[in-house]
Amino acid sequence: MKIIHMTVNGQPREVAVEEGESLTDTLRERLGLTSVKKGCEAGECGACTVLIDGKAVNSCIYLTVWADGKRILTVEGLRDDCGELHPVQKAFVEEAAVQCGFCTPGLVLTGVELVNSGRTYTREELRERISGHLCRCTGYENILNALERVVGKHDS
Amino acid sequence: MYDVRETFQAASAEEVLELLEARPGAVLVAGGTDVMIRLKKRKLKDAVLIGLQKVSELQGVSLEPDGALCIGAGCTFAELEQHELLLKCVPMLAAACHQVGSPQIREMATIGGNLCNGAVSADSAPALYALDAELEVLSRSGVRRIPVCGFHTGPGKTVLGAGDLLLRIRIPRASYEGHGGCYLKFGQRNAMEISTLGCAVNVALTEDRTRIRQAAVAYGVAAPVPVRCYETEARLAGMEAGGEALRVLRTTVLSQLSPRDSWRASRELREQLVRELGCRALRQAIQQAGGEMA
Repeated sequence: MKIIHMTVNGQPREVAVEEGESLTDTLRERLGLTSVKKGCEAGECGACTVLIDGKAVNSCIYLTVWADGKRILTVEGLRDDCGELHPVQKAFVEEAAVQCGFCTPGLVLTGVELVNSGRTYTREELRERISGHLCRCTGYENILNALERVVGKHDS
Repeated sequence: MYDVRETFQAASAEEVLELLEARPGAVLVAGGTDVMIRLKKRKLKDAVLIGLQKVSELQGVSLEPDGALCIGAGCTFAELEQHELLLKCVPMLAAACHQVGSPQIREMATIGGNLCNGAVSADSAPALYALDAELEVLSRSGVRRIPVCGFHTGPGKTVLGAGDLLLRIRIPRASYEGHGGCYLKFGQRNAMEISTLGCAVNVALTEDRTRIRQAAVAYGVAAPVPVRCYETEARLAGMEAGGEALRVLRTTVLSQLSPRDSWRASRELREQLVRELGCRALRQAIQQAGGEMA
């Protein structure tokens, strides 16, 4: 076992982990953050996406020991002090961009990464940015509508 | 749980060499997007992993005094696809970096890992072959420079030995200055796709931009290793930048390649792709170099 220090959803955490443990497993099993989904577990579906130092990464193919000293954000960390949803989450609700919900946490975090980039994106760019997320309810159109609400580039 | 016995985070290139000596059989990991999949498929077991993420010698992109573009082997594709120097000097390589996996994969995956993994489908390989890139490899006997053409020796195999560390990739100024390039990839779908066939063409035109001065044509997944088509290149040199050059490429490249059947695509499809992508890439490379194509 190795002792790892990381900041998870704003809180400093100290966790003892196995060398071969994925960040997905640590977040789900040791820290109870079950918004992080286990899908393909091969870095293809994006359900396990978390933000590491602000960047969207597949946590299933990321060893927890590599996360020492890093900032991790999951959907559980999005709620603000008043309990309000993040603008990306609100947009997903408003656009009915959620069906079964399995891909949603990962997509929301990619949305948060885009918001934090401070720029806007065309629909084509958004398609590209979400290409690492699989939605098997084929809800991509509403997902794009939701992201467009928050970070869309509209012709003026 | 991955079958990992021990992990190390090397802080310097020197420490990587020490760890490789102390732990024979240890595996170097940069972004992990290939190594973790090998662990998952149990092609790699009881692994000792040496993490390269903190090795500063592997970071950064710079221009050398002689004009060579130097890319640290540990640079991620996310970094490279939008790097100012790549976009300016070798836009073809930036475009190839952009075609790898997904945004999440590109955030982790590195250009050095892409090469050292030895996959014939590596998106960065055809572009680096067509740019005559050189690789700086560190070992106990010092740093040696080897051409990327010939780096791959078989599926998943490279010339690197047990104590070798790929430090940097060098693209000589003569390979990019005044050149136009194009990398085209075919996959079954647009996103998250391993290349079925990839083709990179790098050309320099004569001063009046009507003739091909020099052309480099490289393919991925058209043979067991990435391949340059030197015969076709020799035929193209001096030709008018136009339809006849495309015809020469179309009719001569296949004899230098050996595309095969796989579950991803049949040999017939790959042969068609070799000709079609080659022509399209040559056409676009000529346009990139400032030539006109009807």
